[in-house]
Amino acid sequence: MNLSRPTQTLLHTTRPRVLPISLSRAYATAPKAARLNVPTDFSTTPLLHHTSTSALAQSELPAPLKRSSKTTRLALHEAVNSALRHALATDERVLVFGEDIAFGGVFRCSAGLATEYGTARVFNTPLTEQGIAGFAIGVAAQGLKPVAEIQFADYVYPAFDQLVNEAAKMRYRAGKTGMGCGGLVVRMPCGGVGHGALYHTQSPESLFTHIPGLRVVIPRSPFQAKGLLLAAIACNDPVIFMEPKILYRAAREEVPVEAYELPLSVAEVLKPGTSCTVISYGTPLYTASAAIKAIEAEMDDVSIELIDLRTIYPWDRKTILDSVNKTGRAVVVHESMVNAGVGAEVAATIQEKCFLKLEAPVQRVAGWTTHTGLAYEKFTLPDVVRIYDAIKASLKY
Amino acid sequence: MSLRPATKRFLPSPRILTTSLNTTHHSPRHHKQSIRWSSVSQAPGSDRVHFPGAVNSKFTPTLSFTNPSTLPAMPTYRTIDADGLLIDSSRPPISVPDDIVLKMYTDMLTVSILDPIMYQAQRQGRLSFYMVSSGEEGIAVGSASALTASDVVFAQYREAGVFQARGFSLDDFMNQLFANRLDVGRGRNMPVHYGSKSLNMHTISSPLATQIPQAAGAAYALKLQHLQNPESVERACVACYFGEGAASEGDFHAALNMAATRACPVVFVCRNNGYAISTPTLEQYRGDGIASRGVGYGIHTIRVDGNDVFAVREVMQRARELALEGDMQPVLVEAMSYRVSHHSTSDDSSKYRPSGEVEAWKRRDNPITRLRKWMENKGLWSAEKEEQAQKEIKNAVMAAFNKAEKEKRPELRAMFEDVYEEVTEEQEEQIEQLKDVIRRYPGEYDVEQFEGGLEGLDKARSR
Repeated sequence: MNLSRPTQTLLHTTRPRVLPISLSRAYATAPKAARLNVPTDFSTTPLLHHTSTSALAQSELPAPLKRSSKTTRLALHEAVNSALRHALATDERVLVFGEDIAFGGVFRCSAGLATEYGTARVFNTPLTEQGIAGFAIGVAAQGLKPVAEIQFADYVYPAFDQLVNEAAKMRYRAGKTGMGCGGLVVRMPCGGVGHGALYHTQSPESLFTHIPGLRVVIPRSPFQAKGLLLAAIACNDPVIFMEPKILYRAAREEVPVEAYELPLSVAEVLKPGTSCTVISYGTPLYTASAAIKAIEAEMDDVSIELIDLRTIYPWDRKTILDSVNKTGRAVVVHESMVNAGVGAEVAATIQEKCFLKLEAPVQRVAGWTTHTGLAYEKFTLPDVVRIYDAIKASLKY
Repeated sequence: MSLRPATKRFLPSPRILTTSLNTTHHSPRHHKQSIRWSSVSQAPGSDRVHFPGAVNSKFTPTLSFTNPSTLPAMPTYRTIDADGLLIDSSRPPISVPDDIVLKMYTDMLTVSILDPIMYQAQRQGRLSFYMVSSGEEGIAVGSASALTASDVVFAQYREAGVFQARGFSLDDFMNQLFANRLDVGRGRNMPVHYGSKSLNMHTISSPLATQIPQAAGAAYALKLQHLQNPESVERACVACYFGEGAASEGDFHAALNMAATRACPVVFVCRNNGYAISTPTLEQYRGDGIASRGVGYGIHTIRVDGNDVFAVREVMQRARELALEGDMQPVLVEAMSYRVSHHSTSDDSSKYRPSGEVEAWKRRDNPITRLRKWMENKGLWSAEKEEQAQKEIKNAVMAAFNKAEKEKRPELRAMFEDVYEEVTEEQEEQIEQLKDVIRRYPGEYDVEQFEGGLEGLDKARSR
């Protein structure tokens, strides 16, 4: 961990911010002949709010905010920062801590917060994930609202015992006493970044979706990051908040300046359709969106519904089941390995609840059952081709 | 610690990092900070390098490893000996008020009477599990007597005396042990996993040492709450208990380091009773117990005779003061004792230690008999009072026992509640599935021992 940490820090904190988006994934240049596997153009993707009007039209925003709020163009890391800033400013119970967060964090998510809100509430911890998680649980148990950061989701495992055996079970075991650690939020950057290899790429969400008592949330955009993080902080259940780090700088969109919450455990239908349902969360939504665009361009009378789970657990079963009952086909996409992944849970539930409506087997497009070796990432994580191919297979079944 | 200022030093100022000696443009606060960084280059003639990682280390021309075995073991503080007599006649007499002495004694006595009764109840199959505290009542009761009601406690599981001392009633003990409908834990935890919000005691959990970093965090929260509202929130500390075996877990290390670096008002109380189930301390560690480690974390540390309830109380009082004074800080107390009993009802300790050793400890020393001798020497206690107290406590224990054993189990719905703040849609569906199975296989489930029977799964009946 020690060896890789400074390297990774460097990779991310020194990357020039003004680099054109097309070059910002230089490590991932597409093959010349590629038609599908081309890098996401975040400046045109329909999954981001490119105008203020579009952002304020989001149906889940409170009406007064829709009328009066201004928006500003933020990258995902800035949206996280904006949420933390709002939480710190409005609730003195909120604390922000973790490794290297006082100077702004290795991904700049906590930039400026220690200066503004003081080192009593925004501070560095020693390098100990189990300590960070345990400490945060104790802080929450006394009624405060800690937002703890694990520097990379790949390093959450030392904290696994604290999160699984303690955070998740604290209110349950305390019973009628009402004690618990509901104010707890644990943030962690997750997912592929092109060159993160074994320990800067992982998405361990399914390890937490197996744990009753934890909420698992993954935003796909700056707008979501702000609204979902504020909802997570307000939530009285412990929340694992995983931030796709490749989107920290790549995804920029118009975000309301004011504070707002997006509902937890509610999926978002990003694009309605009738032929097939694609279910995903986080980064692969962009890839899925590109695959859908390609299919719809070449196949007549085909429209694909794209759904963002947003909260991975407890998940919005109704929205997904309603959709599949309508389309009769489903493809689940996620970065982490396919074996016992989130896709297994979603697919099994669809099979159980939509059996008579299904016209094709539920497809899972996910990481292969291997580790993310440095040179092989583009072959491991689900790309446009594999999602395109799976949707096609489903449609043609 | 102030809440708002003092933040700028965390900013990665190039001035500071480039070790410039020209610090005139810095504010005084920066100036102080930059000395540390700028001294990476050694001043001429200095007797030390100001390595940022050990700023006060002097050079030595002698190559010499520090050998812990050549260092003296940390002493064990005690006030009275096994006969209840003052060890140091020149020290002021024990000045604990009589009512507190009597409370400490009856608290210890209560636990020592409760323990064998519940141990036997487990042996008879009336209870699923039990763990006694015998030999360690002094640590629990002595330390708890030094705490205030607003101090917060995190315990491991062998601290029934702390619960007793803070006001956990015999009914509370019994309801938890029998996992009945009156158990505040709603019948979810194994026996002995007590908890109480009104007594500021977090619910015990089985994973060892997990409570130690939590205690550090809770202490930090208490400190912050006081700093934010000094008028309305008193200074309070956390007392965190654990055994010497648990101190081998990574969480112990994480906790002490975090508590020290964040200056958390927490008193860590290690019960060193010589064994972790079957593992003797020689296989647990090779250093000078747990106390020697506190020094390494930069924490005030003391070792105390756990069988001397006065010494434990006095140490805990002083530790509490230290934890709460000034900018606040953690303190480590290693309380020495001997686990006279088996580890638990699932353990037969004669398999790994000679019974003669246990007998010797029972004869040699015991926190209860030691205090009893002191009280008798002082004329505060007598054989008659002892007999009377034993009888009364035994009767009270049996009354609570019989009452709790007769109570029904909690409502079945409690098995799903409190996982999340609200029962989820998925859980509601599973509740219906469970109900359906029970209805169709009525002979296979005993729902009548649960309050409300099968209807106890219904939403309307909840709470």
